[in-house]
Amino acid sequence: MNNKKPGFTIAVASGKGGTGKTFISTNLFNTLQKYSYKVTLVDCDAEEPNARQFTGGKKVSTKLVTQLVPVIDESKCVYCGKCFEYCTYNAIFFVKEARMIRVLDDLCHGCGACTVACEPYGAIHEKEDELGTVNHYEITPGVTVVEARTKVGVHSSVKVVKEAIRSAYDADVVVLDSPPGTSCPFIQTVASADFVVLVTEPTPFGMSDLKQSVETLRHMGKPCGVIVNRAGLGTNEVYDYLSSEQLPLLMNIPFDRSIARIYSEGNLLTEQDDGWQMQFNLMYNLITERYGISCNKW
Amino acid sequence: MKVAISATGDTVESSVDSRFGRCSFFAIFDTDTHNVKFITNTAAESSQGAGPAAVQLLAGNQVQQVVSGEFGMKVKPLLEQLSIKMLNLQNGQHTILDVLKQFK
Repeated sequence: MNNKKPGFTIAVASGKGGTGKTFISTNLFNTLQKYSYKVTLVDCDAEEPNARQFTGGKKVSTKLVTQLVPVIDESKCVYCGKCFEYCTYNAIFFVKEARMIRVLDDLCHGCGACTVACEPYGAIHEKEDELGTVNHYEITPGVTVVEARTKVGVHSSVKVVKEAIRSAYDADVVVLDSPPGTSCPFIQTVASADFVVLVTEPTPFGMSDLKQSVETLRHMGKPCGVIVNRAGLGTNEVYDYLSSEQLPLLMNIPFDRSIARIYSEGNLLTEQDDGWQMQFNLMYNLITERYGISCNKW
Repeated sequence: MKVAISATGDTVESSVDSRFGRCSFFAIFDTDTHNVKFITNTAAESSQGAGPAAVQLLAGNQVQQVVSGEFGMKVKPLLEQLSIKMLNLQNGQHTILDVLKQFK
């Protein structure tokens, strides 16, 4: 296991999907790499990771993420129903009258309570169940992409995301590409960040989800700033909101056909445009100046 | 034979709930005595696995047939194994009474 502390961690998130999280995180990653930082990008959008389509990199390792689920030996089971009572996730199906007991693997959270409940009879043992993988890719020495990838059909990506973030160390800066929304996988991602960059678009949908994200982050005590992507689209409501809530506007990216084209071709804006590379670097400096030192995560 | 019908309320005038696991009540009808009783679907509040929990509830009440709008993929094999018949009610508003009339 590693004992090294990860570097300054920035999560790029948004309530609404499709606002440009991956666009921002891959370009920030690329910029920091150009400015000679040792940087790791963690793709935490484990249900559909796609950051690597922009960054490339050579696979250096794959780690399986598993959880322990119970297996019931019916020859030893006395049908007492204790394991069923202990399970708070409805993962044990039990009908006493019919002497029927089943483990519903899909619903199991791997807490182990049923195994404890069955200790007097020993009818439950545990097996490893695959949740997904954590894949490491190297761009150049010290510059890596970590990809969290949930197995199709697994109900929660939280454990895979947690393992991916944990395996990102030995870097000056860690950029986390968060999953959309404000549910558990998002919480798991931003929980380990020093600062959260929220990407929004100036539309009613973008506004509504931005507010939800800001409220959630404030509740968690996480500092955040906002990037307005596709600026010029929709209304100016978002800017009024930012000033009334005293949230920093980190960047304004216009709704521009040439930017959209670069992204849709799988390329990086900061690779093709030095001006934008400077802007991303300026934003990074602004964030670290304001939040880099004061934040005593460790 | 006991038949369970997923219901939105606890009277025969209530409509059939199209959801099985997360309906509010089950009307349990005894085809021999023509008795109807309503039980609260305690599984509906579950954060996950409401369907299987509702199957357990009904099996504990000796139900042999279920009428509802839809049955999920977790629920079907469990009901089959318990030899509880599923009856799919296609769209349209039906009250519990409408369904009961079919059994009388």
